[in-house]
Amino acid sequence: MNKVKKFDIAQILRNNAVTITFVILCIVCLMFSGLQVSYLVFELFTRISRNAFIVLALIIPIIAGMGINFAITIGAMGAQIAILWVLEWGVPGFKGFLLAAALTIPIAGIFGWLVGLLLNKMKGQEMIGSMIMGYFANGLYQLLFLFIFGNIIPLSNPNLVIRGSTGVANTLDLSRKDGIKHALENLGQIKPDLAVYILAAIMILIAAYMYLYKKDKTKKPFALAGIAVLMVAVSFTPIFKNWFSMVKIPVATYVLIGLLCLFNYVIMKTRLGQQFRAVGQSGTVANAAGINVNRVRLIAIIISTILAGIGQLMFVQNMGSFQTYGAHEQVGLYAGAAILVGGASIAGATNGQALLGCVLFHTLFIVAPAAGKNLLGDAAIGEYFRVFISYGVIAMALVMHAWRTVKKKKSLASNLADASAKA
Amino acid sequence: MSAEYVLEMNRISKQYGDNAVLNDVSLKVKSGEIHALLGENGAGKSTLMNILFGMPVIHNTGGFQGEVLINGEKQNISSPHDAMLKGIGMVHQEFMLIPGFTITENIKLNREVSKPNIISKLIGKDLEILDMATMEQDARKALDAVGMSVDEHTLVKGLPVGYMQFVEIAREIDKEGIKLLVFDEPTAVLTESEAEQLISVMKSIAEKGIAIIFITHRLDEVMNACDSVTVLRDGKLVKSMPTNETSIINIAKLMIGRASDDVAKAPQRTEQLSGNIAMEIKDLHVSMPGERVRGLNLEVMEGEILGIGGLAGQGKIGLPNGIMGLFEATGEVKLFGKKLPLNNAKEVLKQGVAMVSEDRRGVGLLLDESIANNIAFNAIQVNGKYLYNILGFASLMNTRAVYKLANDFIKQLDIRCTSAAQHTGTLSGGNQQKVCIARALALDPKFLFVSEPTRGIDIGAKRLVLETLTKLNRKLGMTIVMVSSELNELRSIADRIAVVSEGVVVDILSPEASDADFGLAMSGIKPGSIEGGNSNEN
Repeated sequence: MNKVKKFDIAQILRNNAVTITFVILCIVCLMFSGLQVSYLVFELFTRISRNAFIVLALIIPIIAGMGINFAITIGAMGAQIAILWVLEWGVPGFKGFLLAAALTIPIAGIFGWLVGLLLNKMKGQEMIGSMIMGYFANGLYQLLFLFIFGNIIPLSNPNLVIRGSTGVANTLDLSRKDGIKHALENLGQIKPDLAVYILAAIMILIAAYMYLYKKDKTKKPFALAGIAVLMVAVSFTPIFKNWFSMVKIPVATYVLIGLLCLFNYVIMKTRLGQQFRAVGQSGTVANAAGINVNRVRLIAIIISTILAGIGQLMFVQNMGSFQTYGAHEQVGLYAGAAILVGGASIAGATNGQALLGCVLFHTLFIVAPAAGKNLLGDAAIGEYFRVFISYGVIAMALVMHAWRTVKKKKSLASNLADASAKA
Repeated sequence: MSAEYVLEMNRISKQYGDNAVLNDVSLKVKSGEIHALLGENGAGKSTLMNILFGMPVIHNTGGFQGEVLINGEKQNISSPHDAMLKGIGMVHQEFMLIPGFTITENIKLNREVSKPNIISKLIGKDLEILDMATMEQDARKALDAVGMSVDEHTLVKGLPVGYMQFVEIAREIDKEGIKLLVFDEPTAVLTESEAEQLISVMKSIAEKGIAIIFITHRLDEVMNACDSVTVLRDGKLVKSMPTNETSIINIAKLMIGRASDDVAKAPQRTEQLSGNIAMEIKDLHVSMPGERVRGLNLEVMEGEILGIGGLAGQGKIGLPNGIMGLFEATGEVKLFGKKLPLNNAKEVLKQGVAMVSEDRRGVGLLLDESIANNIAFNAIQVNGKYLYNILGFASLMNTRAVYKLANDFIKQLDIRCTSAAQHTGTLSGGNQQKVCIARALALDPKFLFVSEPTRGIDIGAKRLVLETLTKLNRKLGMTIVMVSSELNELRSIADRIAVVSEGVVVDILSPEASDADFGLAMSGIKPGSIEGGNSNEN
C-alpha cells in the first residue's frame, strides 16, 4: 500500500493540459500582438473586476457534483430585471447599486430554487439541463421585457421604452445622471503599489494571527509573511512600475471579489460545506449517511444563482450599459470556459483555479484580436477565436472527465482484482 | 429496560405484488450476542434487513406484516436514518465510503462535530464550523477499537480494500447509543488474516454489549464466531438455534433442503460419454463486477451437461461471460485441445462456442426486432451466413433464408408466437428464452453455455426450456454448461455439478450428493474435509 509518490512530470502535464496550452497560447499571441504589457495589464484588471465574481459563483455547484451551472444565465436575468426597476425608480449611484442587489437576491434566489428543483429531477444531466433551462428562461425573459413591461406593468421612464412602441428598449443606458454606472468604482480607486502595501499588510497580520493565536508552528505563517515582503519588494522594481503604470484598482470591486473567495473558503469548513463535498463525491453514500441530498443540491444552486446575479450587477455597472436582450446570453458559456481554463474540472474547482482561469481567458481575448490582425490582417479572427475557444474548452473538459471516469473505474477494478488475488 | 432481546422481529411477512418473499419469519437477537443469519439467495435475508432498516423499497411496496421490537418496545422504523437514530447500524458489503474524504471525515460523515458562531446562530446548524481536532480524536478512538493503526488523516481512496471494511466498522461503533450492528457479508472481500481480525473485532464489540447480526455464506466462520444461528429458506424460517447445539453439516443441510418434486428429469443416457475433454479451463480470472472469477480451474467432458451452481456474487455467472469475451478475462482456455482466444467475442463464437445469456433483455435480445432477425443475427454477423453477396464487398440479408431458419426453430423449440415477424419484446419470458436458445443454436455451436436459463419464467416454461436443453444434449450430443442458481434444476438434468464459491470451483458433485454436501460446498468448504463428520448421511 505504500506507494511512493513520484514527481511525475508527464502526469502533471496531462492533468493540466488545458491550462498549460492556454499559457503558451497567451504568450505566443502577446508576442505577435505588438501590445504593450502595460496596456494588457490595464485591460486585464478592468475585465477581471467585471467578470471574476461570476466565475467564482460556479465553484459551489461544481463541488456539489452538479458540474458547471450554466443556469447562472438565469441569475444574470434576475439582475437585469432588478436594474430595470432601479432605473425606472431613478435611484442613482451606489444607493442604486445596493437597491439593485437587494432586489436581485430574492429574484435570483427564487429562480435558483426553481432551477434546483428541476435539476434534482435530472441527476447526472445537470449541465445540459441547466443550459437548456437558460434558453427556455430567455424566452420568458423576452416575453417579460417586450410585452409585460410597458403593456401590463407601465414604465414611466421614457428612456427605458422602445421609441414609438411598447416594450423595453434594446439598450439600457446606466450612464445617465440617475444611472448606476461605476457605482463601485466611484467609491474609490487606488494605485497598484498602494494596493500591494495593503494586501501585504493584511497577509502579515494573518501570518501573525496564525503564529501567535493559532499556535501554528509550521512553516506556513513564515511563508505567508515572506510572500508579503517579496510583493512589496517587487512593487519597487521598474518592471512593476512600468507594467502597472496604467492600472487603477477599484477597491470596492476587489474587496467584494475577495469576500466571495473567503466565503467559498469558509463555507467549505462548515457542516454545509462538508455536505456539498459529500454529495458531490457520492450521492449514494451521502444519502445512506442521512444527508438530504436534494436539499443540499438545491442550496448549492440557489447560492450560485444569487451570486451570479450580483456578479452580473458588477459587470453591468462597470460597462455602463447593456444589451437588454443579449447581455445575459453568453454569461454561462464564458464563465464556464474560464473556470475550466484555470484547471478546474466538472468535478472539482477552487478559488485559485477560478481566478487563474479568469486571467488566462481574458488575456487571450485581449491579445488574440491584435495578434490576428498582425498575422492575418483581420481583427475579427480574434473574435471567432473567442467563441471557438470557449466551446472547445468546455467540450474538451467533458471528454477528459469521461476519460478519467473510465480510467478510474478500470483502476478500481484492477485494485479489487489485486486484493482478491492476495486473498 | 432490561428486555431479554435487543431486537425482536415477530412474525414478519412481506409480499412484492403477488410474490411472497417473507412468510411468518421471526428473528430474536440478545444483547451482546453474535447471531448468524443464513440462507441461499432469495431466502429472504436482504428483505428482512430492508424491513429492519426501514428502506424506502419496503414502504413503497405496501409495507409489511408483523412487528419490530427494540429493547422490548414496539418500534416503527420509517427510514434508514431513523434506524440509525434508534441504534441500528449496518456494515455494508459494498462500501458506503467517500473515496475523496479522509478516514476521519468518513467516520464522522453527517455526524460532524462543530462549533457554533454568530452566523450559524442566526441561520442554522449547517453553518457551524467543523471542529476537525475533536473529530480526529473520536476517529482515532474508534480506529483503535477495531485494531487499526492507520493514520486517521489518510484518504480512503488509496486504502486497501480490507481496510475500508474496518473503517466502516469504526464508523458504526463511533455512533452513540449503537445497540445492534448488521454485518452484511463482511469477510467476502477480506484476506484470511483480515477476516480473522474482523471476527475478533466482532467478538470484542459484542463483549461491550452490542448485538451483531452476521450475514455470511462461510459456515466455518459461523461456527467460530456466532452464538446462535437463524436459517431462512424460500422466505420461511427453517430453524433458529444456539450454535453449540448444532453442527456445520446440520446447518448446511438446513440451508439447502430438497424440493419435493423435480422440475424436469433428463432421460437416461443410452451411450457412454467419449471421455474426451471438451473444454479445459486453467486459472481463469474474470473481472465481472459482482461476479468475479478468481483463478478457476475446470474440465468439461465432451457430450455432458455440466451444471454450475453456487450463491449469487460468487462468480458462477462470471465464468461463461468471461470465456465469451463479454468481460475482461485472463487465463488459459482450451476448446477440444485448441487454445481459445480470450477477450475476443467474435473469435470465440467462430470457434463454435455459443452462449445463452442470463441478461435476456439486455444482452440476449434485440427487443424491437423480429424473432427471425433475432435468431439469425449472430449467424449473420459472425459466420456471414444468410447473406447475398453483391460485387464482392457489399452484402444484403437473404430474408427468405432467414425466415426459413426462424420457422424451423419455431417448430423445433415450440416458440409460441403469431409469426416469425413478431417483435421479441412482446413475447413471454419463456418464449424469449427459447428465441435466445435458437439464436445460439443458429451458430451451429459445438459447445453451449446456458446462463440462468429459467430466471424469471414460469414453471411450465421452465420445464420446456430444460427439456429443450436435454434434447439438444441427447440427440445432437452437444456439450452444455448450464449455470443456475436453482440447485434443483441442476440436479435434475446435469451429469455433474461444479459448485463455485469466491470465484473458484470448490467441488464437483454428483446430482445425487447430499444436501449437506451442496450446502458446505456453497459456503466454500469441500465436503469430506470436516473431521468426524459424515457428510453423506441423508
